[in-house]
Amino acid sequence: MPYALREAFSAFRRAPLLTALSVVAIAFSLLVVGLFGLTAYNIHLAITGVEERVEVVAYLRDSASEAQVGIAREEIAAMPEVSELRYVSKTEALATAMRELSEFRDLFLDMEANPLPASIEVRLRPGSRDPTTVEALAATLAAYPFVEDVRFGQEWLERIFVLRRIAGGVALVIGGAFAAVAAIIIGSAVRVAVFARRDEISIMRLVGATDGFIRLPFLLEGLITGILGGAVAVGLTFLAYRIVSVALIEVAWIPVEWVLLGVLAGTALGFAASALAVRRHLRAV
Amino acid sequence: MIKFTNVTKSYPRSGAALDRVSFHVRKGEFVFLTGHSGAGKSTILRLVQMAESPTEGEVRVSGFSSRLMRPRDIPQLRRRLGVVFQEYRLLRDRTADENVAFALEVTGAKRQSISPRVGRLMAQVGLAHKARAYPEELSGGERQRVAVARALANDPLVLLADEPTGNLDGWAGEGIFKLFQDINAMGTSVVMATHDLDLVRRHPKYRVIELNQGAVVFDSAAEPRTSGSA
Repeated sequence: MPYALREAFSAFRRAPLLTALSVVAIAFSLLVVGLFGLTAYNIHLAITGVEERVEVVAYLRDSASEAQVGIAREEIAAMPEVSELRYVSKTEALATAMRELSEFRDLFLDMEANPLPASIEVRLRPGSRDPTTVEALAATLAAYPFVEDVRFGQEWLERIFVLRRIAGGVALVIGGAFAAVAAIIIGSAVRVAVFARRDEISIMRLVGATDGFIRLPFLLEGLITGILGGAVAVGLTFLAYRIVSVALIEVAWIPVEWVLLGVLAGTALGFAASALAVRRHLRAV
Repeated sequence: MIKFTNVTKSYPRSGAALDRVSFHVRKGEFVFLTGHSGAGKSTILRLVQMAESPTEGEVRVSGFSSRLMRPRDIPQLRRRLGVVFQEYRLLRDRTADENVAFALEVTGAKRQSISPRVGRLMAQVGLAHKARAYPEELSGGERQRVAVARALANDPLVLLADEPTGNLDGWAGEGIFKLFQDINAMGTSVVMATHDLDLVRRHPKYRVIELNQGAVVFDSAAEPRTSGSA
């Protein structure tokens, strides 16, 4: 192993520019993934925050009888996705409106009848706050004959989910493209290293070194390049995070497992690319 | 030890390099492989190393058969062979003893065993005093001695030499040849390809296999054949 490691490092000394290029290419491909991770994580946090407020409100007709509403309340509260249910009577609604919309206070006072409907506000359990469940629940509520209208934050909820999907797709495409470029650059780095060591390789074959032994330095070289690339990507992602945090909006840093996963991905990329390249180029020596 | 049975080797472009070659080199034998350049000497040496496989026929070396050879067996065969070339093929960025140690390092020798072994090999080829010299600081004869020491590193059963004296003046060449004789005297078979007929004539006790246009035209161990190249 010391021999292989020594040779791997000597390859860096031999072609520092190419090594740097390989590291940068891997770093960029993973930076894209890292930025996506940062975005996705913060969207996730935002959604979780907003989701807690996901509420489906059913406005009741004035004709609804107390008995009907009582039964409906029990039925709805028993649904598995419902965590909390609150009944807001017409009087309560008016009181809230007058409190929150004080500029219309006089208007409300002048009215002979209370124009605001009673409502049932339903909160959902975590895990049941996705658009599909919310819509399904809204449809169930709307089916009660005494329910006049159902409201929920349908549009923004869908938009956030779409946004997350788009960000994922974009990161996949750009990250994939950078990964391919990284693999190509690593491939040429291996080719240069094989070429520089062709005399050694032919002697190794002559005296009976195994293929695995001959390949090991190149694989280690790819592995080290990958680790460095992954580490640089983490650094760059952190830099981007700081810049956004300071200059734009407060965002959260990604969990440490994601960081480790990123470095691991870089390592795997470097290793796989050099394994492929060394297989190809060693044949030519 | 080395057995060629009706070995034909042809290349798609240049045609036949060997034509139904058969011979058997026994343990401890010293064999000259002679003939003009292009007669097939180097092809035979490459086939012995299983760097190539015969188009027809079979090559057997130390229990390995060209018919059954798997690529991953090749390193094991190579460790039983020592190879010396006309152009030495030393690594220029390593000293003489590092060149010899390299052969041991890359074949998995134990670290602590390498240095004493290299010391013995350098002494055996008479270069103990130049162990720290780089190849470019050595004469042709000295470089070839380093190459021989490297070839002997893994205790080969056979030493293969392709024109080992081709780049050397008479005196240095004679020194290398003397070294081969010593190695042979200790039980290692030697197969030496050469077109130096003077050298061959001066050592009539050794077996001579002569090639012409890929065919064996003379083998001093067998009945002389006069059929020529068929």
